[in-house]
Amino acid sequence: MIWLTWRQFRGSAALMAAVLVVLTAVLALTGPDLASRYAAGIAGCTPDDTCDRFFDGFFGEHQLLFVAVSFVVLALPALVGLFWGAPLITRELEAGTHLLVWNQSVTRGRWLAVKLGLVGLAAMAAACLCGLAVTWWSDPLDKSAVLDLALMAPLVFGARGIVPMGYAAFAFVLGVTVGMLVRRTLPAMALTLAAFVAVQLAMPLLVRPHLMPPVTSTFELSHVNGGGFHVQGEGGGPVLISMQPGVPGHAGAWVLASDLLDPSGRTIAGMGEEAPIPVSATSGPCAPQGGPPNLDACWVEINRLGYRQQATYQPLERFWPLQWIETGIYALLTLGLTWFSFWWIRRRLS
Amino acid sequence: MTSVLQAQALGKKYGKRWALRDCTVDIPAGHVVGLVGPNGAGKTTLLKLASGQLEPTAGDINVLGGRPGSTPAQLARVGFVAQDTPVYAGLTVAEHLRLGARLNPRWDAALARERIGQLDLDPSHRAGKLSGGERAQLALTLGLAKRPELLILDEPVASLDPLARRDFLQGLTEATAGHKLNVVLSSHLVSDLERVCDYLIVLVDSRVRMAGKVDQLLATHHRLTGPRHALDRLQHVISASHTDRQSAVVVRSDAPIHDPAWTVSRLSLEDLVLAYMDKHAAENRRVALEVQR
Repeated sequence: MIWLTWRQFRGSAALMAAVLVVLTAVLALTGPDLASRYAAGIAGCTPDDTCDRFFDGFFGEHQLLFVAVSFVVLALPALVGLFWGAPLITRELEAGTHLLVWNQSVTRGRWLAVKLGLVGLAAMAAACLCGLAVTWWSDPLDKSAVLDLALMAPLVFGARGIVPMGYAAFAFVLGVTVGMLVRRTLPAMALTLAAFVAVQLAMPLLVRPHLMPPVTSTFELSHVNGGGFHVQGEGGGPVLISMQPGVPGHAGAWVLASDLLDPSGRTIAGMGEEAPIPVSATSGPCAPQGGPPNLDACWVEINRLGYRQQATYQPLERFWPLQWIETGIYALLTLGLTWFSFWWIRRRLS
Repeated sequence: MTSVLQAQALGKKYGKRWALRDCTVDIPAGHVVGLVGPNGAGKTTLLKLASGQLEPTAGDINVLGGRPGSTPAQLARVGFVAQDTPVYAGLTVAEHLRLGARLNPRWDAALARERIGQLDLDPSHRAGKLSGGERAQLALTLGLAKRPELLILDEPVASLDPLARRDFLQGLTEATAGHKLNVVLSSHLVSDLERVCDYLIVLVDSRVRMAGKVDQLLATHHRLTGPRHALDRLQHVISASHTDRQSAVVVRSDAPIHDPAWTVSRLSLEDLVLAYMDKHAAENRRVALEVQR
């Protein structure tokens, strides 16, 4: 049975191996250089406190490759579900060969167990290798990424660490199960993709923020969590500021909410929204004084008036706990679908 | 007489449609059994149930004393060559034999090699490139080399040309002659079954219309032609057709028929099967008439 499974699977396995070899080669060749340039950059910027500028430049330079490898890790589980999972049984049903193989002296339960075990483990190994290699490679970039592409940001989180392994296992068994129910390859592939994407969207939007109770706290305003100063109208209007998804002292946190509180503690603006602040734009600390405005003094003034940020966030330290919890959830989903597929192949499928 | 297959009120339902309903069959051991019937009679469903491919919705089925497909041991005892003889298009002939060897504890590698040699099949040939006849022979080889006690073949020759059909059935006959192998073979063509079978079952609409050894069936059924008024004197009329002058009937009788009113002639197996299928049709007509009244 193992021989047959391998014989039918070796083509896909070779293709996957080729992809992984190319990916790891690219990462292995560029990774050390990336790390040393990051170390040199940090050493250079720390004395004169210009690291923000270094981060922007460093990240911008490598953004394309960063996005590309992250995309590979995100796409890999979906491809496994589509091309390994969905056709696993539909291909047999469409060719009628299930009638051949299920009448050898091997029960179909055992047939499925070997198929799921071998191909599923290969899928998990590939995704795990891919995920960890990319996590190692992109470490310097993750430390310097812009807020939207930080380590805890939904898209990046799913392309790092061990969750890709959970995604791959789930996508594979999902494909197999959908294939059993639908019995035709193309509809099964389409349905698998739709279901997998739906789960992958629901996870960061609905589930992941609540896997661990998020931290809610208030912070003084600064350039980290506020920004977008501008004056409404010509000259005399109020000064508007908007809220940014940042938390002072918690760099890299996944910010779920960043609200602006007025001195009475009322929320007057949410994340990305702007609200007027009663400070003068023509005189005082927030007024442009000849050259570029001294924003630090302006923030001090705004904080003195009693304006604060209320942030709800998952701090960066929770990266690995969240990775483990999420992988566990996908493992449970995988086990559930596996159980269902065994039940279905014995009882209903023929 | 022991049985290779016993079904009691067996039924299989797909959604709301019964593919096989209330089927009771007893197939004796030691025969090459032909299962014949019109399309939709439930032949394929019965054979799939017997091989364990399907689970019955109702009733019981017992094959070689066990529940079909339940254990590896049971699977090893029953071979199944499915309709259209599916094989893996991407695997070579040799790889199919390897598959058989890997998946069957009683695999007869010598038999498989010998058959492939006789058939002149190139072991390195991909199965997808084989002709229909060669593919059927490969599937049969897999079924035989598994060394089952019962080999089930579901319309194996339906899509083959006459020559390939003859070769396939010849191969099957040779294989069964050499070994103590029970065979159940379905077809809707009596001429195919006549070549290889010594026992015949006619299945119409899930019911067994007729079952028996071919030579006995032929010895006890007669075609009679004679005047219609003499019809009353006959028993066990299977089918009858009438013209103005005379009637032609098929009767079952263990004793020779000496009634001078009738001219007795021999029946071919095909005519015999048709007579039994026809009887069913006649019953249907009668029911329809009664409903109309």
